[in-house]
Amino acid sequence: MPDDVRESLDDLGRATGNAARNLLDRYGIIAALLVMVIVLTILKPNYFPTVGNLTNVARQISFNALLALGQFIVILTAGIDLSVGSVAALSMVLLALMTHSGVPDAIALLGALGVGMFLGLLNGWGLTKLRLPHPFIATLAMLNIARGITFLVSDGVPISGLPPAVRWFGSSDIPLFGEGDQRVVIPVSLIVVLVAYIAAGVFLVRTRTGRHIYAVGGNPQAARYAGINVDRVLNIVYVLCGLTAAMGGIVLAGRTNSGYPNAGTGAELDAIAAVIIGGASFFGGRGTVEGTFVGVLIMGLLRNGLNLMDVSAFWQMVVIGVVIVLAVFIDVLRQRTPQQSR
Amino acid sequence: MANVVEMSHIFKSFGPVQALRNVDLLLGYGEVLGLVGDNAAGKSTLMKVLTGAYSPDSGTIRFEDAQVQWTSPHESRLAGIEMVYQDFALAGNLDICSNIFLGRELAQPVLGGGLRLLDEKQMEEASRNLLERLKIEIRSVRLKAENLSGGQRQAVAIARATAFQAKAVIMDEPTAALAVKEVAKVLEIIRGLKEHNIAVIIISHRLQDIFQVCDRIMVLRQGRNVGERLVAETTMDEIVAMIVGAKEDAQSASVRSVAAGV
Repeated sequence: MPDDVRESLDDLGRATGNAARNLLDRYGIIAALLVMVIVLTILKPNYFPTVGNLTNVARQISFNALLALGQFIVILTAGIDLSVGSVAALSMVLLALMTHSGVPDAIALLGALGVGMFLGLLNGWGLTKLRLPHPFIATLAMLNIARGITFLVSDGVPISGLPPAVRWFGSSDIPLFGEGDQRVVIPVSLIVVLVAYIAAGVFLVRTRTGRHIYAVGGNPQAARYAGINVDRVLNIVYVLCGLTAAMGGIVLAGRTNSGYPNAGTGAELDAIAAVIIGGASFFGGRGTVEGTFVGVLIMGLLRNGLNLMDVSAFWQMVVIGVVIVLAVFIDVLRQRTPQQSR
Repeated sequence: MANVVEMSHIFKSFGPVQALRNVDLLLGYGEVLGLVGDNAAGKSTLMKVLTGAYSPDSGTIRFEDAQVQWTSPHESRLAGIEMVYQDFALAGNLDICSNIFLGRELAQPVLGGGLRLLDEKQMEEASRNLLERLKIEIRSVRLKAENLSGGQRQAVAIARATAFQAKAVIMDEPTAALAVKEVAKVLEIIRGLKEHNIAVIIISHRLQDIFQVCDRIMVLRQGRNVGERLVAETTMDEIVAMIVGAKEDAQSASVRSVAAGV
């Protein structure tokens, strides 16, 4: 009997620890986001909370949002994809080349997506077929290979002037309501982002393959024992990451009306930072698409806010570095809690 | 009672090492068999041969009265032989329900069958029923596995192994990593499987657990059968003597009659 009582208390203790952790998991970064919005609104009331500025932020974050989405799915499996910036650039430049050589817009767009998926598959194969010890290696190689090919095919110069269908994804707005200066619009690129995030959310939480991705991240051995084809799951994950990188490339091409070979240099690090700030664990199996989206927003607002306050780009880097440390430190604390409550 | 598993004259070598030499194993429906022996006696190899992880050099395996030649644990699992691993093999970041259905999730077609979404409600209900049937008391099937105690995790692992019409469950050291007070609970669950006519093979170094839960004990030494005893008719000393080879018990017809009598 005393044993039973103690066990119920143990259970209760665990449950309370869980509740506190879930609260932190779920609302911690949202609270951080809200604080940022409030502080920026107070500091820059005439610039920050304007339709123009916020629309601009939405357009700016689209590229990172798409790269971070794929990166998040990879990190869920305790992996990493360093090649997303280069893959985005290659897709973007090939898209520009295709449209310039008369390929129909739709086929050029699908082709760009296909290139991203194929490069992602190569990343996956590096892990699952070549058995390279860590995805860091295969994707570091791809970072260089894809970037090199991007420069080779473009001769190192931007390819400007894209057809309206391509530009639409990156620079068009859909009017919601209002007229003239009061006009409120939603950028097409933000719609692309939202659709991608919702689709990914349904895929990860409501489908078998999505569940398997979480399982592979949580305990690959258990996943294997359960009959899950772990290699297949990993290949899918890197293909999806390549796909979202290519989507990012398309959106960026649309926004800049060109394909330029050094697009997305270093973008992989922004994507990883957003995922980590968004609460995903580097150890795999933990995190949500919502969290990643909030992570992207925090990065975007941070940049925007620092710009509005005339903070130099160099200091922005310092601040973002500090935020990354803070975010991961919170992750470390979260990892510690379950052991303490046991 | 008929046997669910009959392995006979199993030989298996790895290069010059003869891991199994003419090993027989019988397992009755609903029987709990303890498989004991020193390290490298061939216990794990025998189980890997049974589940299809290894193919035997010679010998036959019959499952439910039909000869089988599985080429992977996946095949034997589909047929109804489950394995519970020592390290629990649960994904800590998933809840109990997801772990029980891991790899076998129930899904329902939506949008005209173009997309299949997980049927959480049905899985949750089935998980709850399963735990209830095995008398496993856990507050909610939505608890994450990492928040369970070792005993609870082992209980969930056993529940998962029996969830899909398993006929036989192999458990590798099911009590090795558990706190003392949790061992009794896990043993109770194992005994409870009998009610559901599920046969169990337990590999364990903990003889006191084997004696508590098993009907019969089979001893392997250096890849050979060295004896079998009904638990009711033997002592721990005798089993230990057989394990270390102090007492040879030549394989004979009596082995079969003992097994058939269970």
